[in-house]
Order: sequence, then C-alpha cells, then structure tokens
Amino acid sequence: MDNKGWEKVQLARHPKRPYTLDYIERIVKDFKELHGDRFFGDDEAIITGFGKIGNETFAVIGQQKGRSTKENIRRNFGMPNPEGYRKALRIMKLAAKFKKPVLTLIDTPGAFPGIGAEERGQAEAIAKNLFEMAVLPVPIICVIIGEGASGGALGIGVGDRLLMLENSWFSVISPESCSSILWRTWDKKEIAAKALKLTAEDLLEQKIIDEIVKEPTDGAHENYDEIARTVKERVLDNLKELKKLSTDKLIEKRIEKYSKIGFYEEQT
Amino acid sequence: MDWFKRKQEGIFTTTKSAMPDGLWQKCENCGEVIFAKAIENSLATCEKCNFHFRTDAKGYINFWLDENSFEEFNQNLKSTDHLGFVDAKGSYKTKLTETIKKSGVNEAVRTGKGKISSREVIFVAMDFNFMAASMGSVVGEKISRAIDEATKLKIPLIVVCASGGARMHEGALSLMQMAKTSAKLARFSQKGGFYIAILTNPTTGGVSASFAMLGDIILAEPKALIGFAGPRVIKQTIGKDLPDGFQTSEFLLEHGFVDRIVHRKEMKNEIKTLIELLT
Ligand SMILES: [Zn+2]
Repeated sequence: MDNKGWEKVQLARHPKRPYTLDYIERIVKDFKELHGDRFFGDDEAIITGFGKIGNETFAVIGQQKGRSTKENIRRNFGMPNPEGYRKALRIMKLAAKFKKPVLTLIDTPGAFPGIGAEERGQAEAIAKNLFEMAVLPVPIICVIIGEGASGGALGIGVGDRLLMLENSWFSVISPESCSSILWRTWDKKEIAAKALKLTAEDLLEQKIIDEIVKEPTDGAHENYDEIARTVKERVLDNLKELKKLSTDKLIEKRIEKYSKIGFYEEQT
Repeated sequence: MDWFKRKQEGIFTTTKSAMPDGLWQKCENCGEVIFAKAIENSLATCEKCNFHFRTDAKGYINFWLDENSFEEFNQNLKSTDHLGFVDAKGSYKTKLTETIKKSGVNEAVRTGKGKISSREVIFVAMDFNFMAASMGSVVGEKISRAIDEATKLKIPLIVVCASGGARMHEGALSLMQMAKTSAKLARFSQKGGFYIAILTNPTTGGVSASFAMLGDIILAEPKALIGFAGPRVIKQTIGKDLPDGFQTSEFLLEHGFVDRIVHRKEMKNEIKTLIELLT
C-alpha cells in the first residue's frame, strides 16, 4: 500500500539519521556551545550556541537525540523540558542584541510530558517562545531535520522561513498518539500517519513550509556531508534574501506569513 | 438581574455529563441535589461546595458581559476538511456537520465586542461543546481577527480559555494556529494592548501552550485542569501515579503560572477592577 506518510516517519526516525550535532560539526565553524537557562538548569535535549556558517555568525539552536541508550537518557530522547525552551529564548535574545541571525534545527518526538515539566511551566515556556520569536528583530530560519512533533517542535520553530528535509515529518501530534486517541488503539499508527498529511510535500501544499530540502537518494543517513552541504547552502541563500529587508519589514512579513495559515470557508 | 426572562432560551448550556435536564440537579462534586434555578443564579456553580460546572461560550457571555452588549464577529467562518481526514468514526467533514447541528454553534470559539460594567472590551470564549474546544483553522482565524480588532480599537482583550486538546483532523494546520495567535498577541502587546486570559476547566494542549499562557494577567476559575500534556499521557510516560491536585488551578498558582484564582461569581468585578487599575 502506498503510504508516504508512514515511510517518512520511519526515515525521520532512522537510527543513523543525522542529528543537530552532526550538522553543527559539518557546517558551523568555531561553534561555542552555551549552556543553561539562568533559572533552573541546562537541558541537554536542546543545544544552543554561536558559530560561523560561511562568513556569518549565527545563533544555532537545535533539539538533540542520543545514539546510545546512555546518550538518549542524557538527551531525554530529544524531548525538551521548559528550561530547554527558556535556554533557547535566552540565546535568541542574545542574537537580537548583537544582530545575529538565528538558525533552528527541529528534531523532536515532542516536548517532555512529565511532572517536573508541568511544575516548571512547559506550556508557558513554549507559548513565550512563540510570542517572542514572532517579533524577534533578526532573521530566523527554521529547518525540520527529522521529527517535528507538536508544540515541542514549534517551540523553536517560528521564523521567517520554515524549511523541511525531504524525509522529515511535521504535525500536531505523533501518529502513535493520534492512533490511540482517534482509533483507541496503538495499532493504527500507519493509517494515522497517512491521514495527518505530515510529509514535506503535504506541508508545502498546506502553505506551512517555504521549501523542501532535497536529501541524498537513499536518505540523509547515507551521506552526512552531502546533506550538511545542502542545508548550509539553503540556509545561506535564504539569509541573503532576508537581509535585504529592513527590521520592520522583516517582522511585518513574518506576522503576515503566520496570519495567512489556515483553511476555512467564509460565507458572506 | 433578570435571568428568568431569558430562561426559555437558557443562559448557558452545560455539557451532557455535567447536568441532566430537570428541575433538580445533582452536583457532580459533592452529590448535593440542588434546585436548578439556584445553580443558574450562582452562574452554574454549586452553592454548597463551590464546584464550577463546565459551561459553554454562551454561558460566559451571559455571566460576565453587560446584558445585550455582545456583538458577535465572524459567525460565518466554518471549518473545511482540507486534509480529507477519516478516522475510525468516519470523516471530519461529517463530524463537523453533525457537531454544528448538535451544538448549535459553527465552531469552538465565539468572538465579539461587548461591555463589562460599561467598559468596551473584545471578548473571546472557547466553546467546549464543539469538539472539546480543540483549535483548528477557524478557531485560530477568529481569535486572530479578534486580536486585530482589539489592536485597532485600542480596547482590552479578554479570552476565556478552554481546550481538551488538538484538532488532529487538521494536522499541522491546527498546530500552526498556536503560532498565528501568539504572533498577533505579540503585536498587540507591542502596541500597549491589555490582555487578560481566563483559564477554565480544562485548558490543555496547544491552547495552553499559546494564548492561554500569554495574558498580561492570567486568572483561573477554581479547580480547573490546566496543563500542557494531559494527565493520562504523563502517567503513561512516567509509569507512576500523579500527585494529588496536580495540574489544577491551585497547583499553577503555587508554581507561579497563574496570577489569581477567581470564583465565577466574582469574575466580572475582577475584570472591571483590573481594567480600571491598568488602563
Ligand atoms: Zn457541590
């Protein structure tokens, strides 16, 4: 059965899929990782820092999964807690202060659903990022490199451009959770993946993303250098366009872009 | 107060589980059997234990706005089934048609201009009777337009929040409404707009992680369930029972995420005073 949705979900979760640090290693020169939200702690599910891409200093922010069990525990399987979102916001504000563009790399199965996360305001942390990113006075380019699940992805995903790798997915909920709620079983995840229309092609049609980033023939995991080069090139090309705009225009266009998202009927 | 005149139409509709029809009703919290009119007079709360019955947008409009002051916006916006979504129970399209018929409203939010003790406000109330007040394209668009109107008219914005979760049938389009409403609020705030968010039972998921948590002031009704992840999901993830009172209004107040917990009967006065103090 033809099911691109489920196929992309599996590719996005491929154990050898390149993660945020694989990209940073290849495209960011002099990367200085910066730690902590200055309130509670350092969430290692989100990596933040500054470095050079081409000739340009960027704030780079990305969710990080682990490859081994040990590293996955350290990275919480790429599921951030509130302090991760607050650290990201701290770095974005630093970027705004020094007029540096922001690059975010999205790869998360969702924000962490835990007791501590709720105590420390997961909802508030994500909401605040959406609010601040909408009007941050520097260019923001977001790239979905793997999984883009729910508010946990969006929490670092508001910007002037949203790019999506060919074999990544982005939706309001994971296919598994969607299946458990709407089908009352975990077994319909393939059907849910198809129904959610979560592929890059679907999202381009829904006018949510701006472009699809081509991956090597068999997927990004087959050639890290090649996908990193492509991502770098697409990010720099987009930045060149965004730098032509004044700050006011940049923010105005960003808000306008989000204003237009959605489909509805209006009878007059 | 002339609640009785409007009795035929009903000043609010509770969800099915909350109160069965009839002259006498049983409080689902304390079990007390109460005269229905007494519940109505206390704005759908229990006089004995102060339990707040779940109510709809119409209820909040009647409880807190000056009588007949509400001018509704964009009632003609309707959801479309852009993804052609079909689940175990059938298509989203059919579900929409059925829900409109059953609930008597076109979508999960009502927006408009109204008065609170003679002060003009933009008033937004989520409607739990419509697909558990989940946020899809129409909810996002109606709230965005309401924020635009508050920005243009330079009047306070009041949003009564509720939501049981995501409108999965609209996929990422549903998710993006969080960004859309937050972007509008950022602009409103930059222009000096005053926004009060009121959290009611339940306020979870995407609504909680966007406009619900972005009020200049955040008020909550007592004992509402408020949180990002649903309690069932958290329990499944951590494999442990959740502490008593977890994710209630009182829990959020204790952890610093809500300014004040206000009884439904006091809310109108509370909003009025806050507007007087700050604008
Ligand atoms: Zn009671």
